[in-house]
Amino acid sequence: MEEEWDEDGPDVVKRFMYVNRKAPYGTVYALEMLEKVLIAAAFEQDVHLVFMDDGVYQLKKGQDTKAVNMKNFSPTFRALEGYEVEKLYAEKESLEARGLTADDLVVPVEVISSKELSELMAKQEVILTA
Amino acid sequence: MAYEINGESIEHDEEGYLSDINQWTPELAGLLAKDEGIEMTDEHWEVINFLREYYEEYQIAPAIRVLVKALKKKFGPEKGSNKYLYELFPYGPAKQACKIGGLPKPTGCI
Repeated sequence: MEEEWDEDGPDVVKRFMYVNRKAPYGTVYALEMLEKVLIAAAFEQDVHLVFMDDGVYQLKKGQDTKAVNMKNFSPTFRALEGYEVEKLYAEKESLEARGLTADDLVVPVEVISSKELSELMAKQEVILTA
Repeated sequence: MAYEINGESIEHDEEGYLSDINQWTPELAGLLAKDEGIEMTDEHWEVINFLREYYEEYQIAPAIRVLVKALKKKFGPEKGSNKYLYELFPYGPAKQACKIGGLPKPTGCI
């Protein structure tokens, strides 16, 4: 990508949904997904970011990764606002099953039920899951 | 591949970004800037320091659009512009400033 961008904005804007279902560490899926989101944001796409199943742990406050020798990338979620990625959702059932609430998370999210999530999914043009 | 400074070698990748960002020093920044053909001024340092603070807080190097917006917020519209940044870093502010500041290449910058 060139560093210049078109002042008029992108020609095509699609509704993209990124569904995070895996714990943040142990595999590289969560970090790679976040990179994909940042790239989509750089192209000014309509990004929806979902956290469900163990994916909700990606947003958990107070992560300490020293013992596993991986970078704690949870602060990067707080940068998303600056990238105008502001549609973040966490699935209610996944939070409840893990004893978490929106207050346990590093960024504000909209907590939605499984049913609401499936309705939101139906409106997307592209869905990527990891 | 490595930069040599004060008898130490600092490893870098094929594009010149540091392998270990913790090895960065202001002195190394001077050497990196020279390689890029840039004479460091207070204005250059202001951007470099801002980028390093951004990285410290968010653990990523910002995309150029995000950098411009954040600079505008902190320093006002004159410094928060593409034009101003390109005057300081003609070969791409995000790329050159991140390299001089010892940060990784911004995500989404191919």
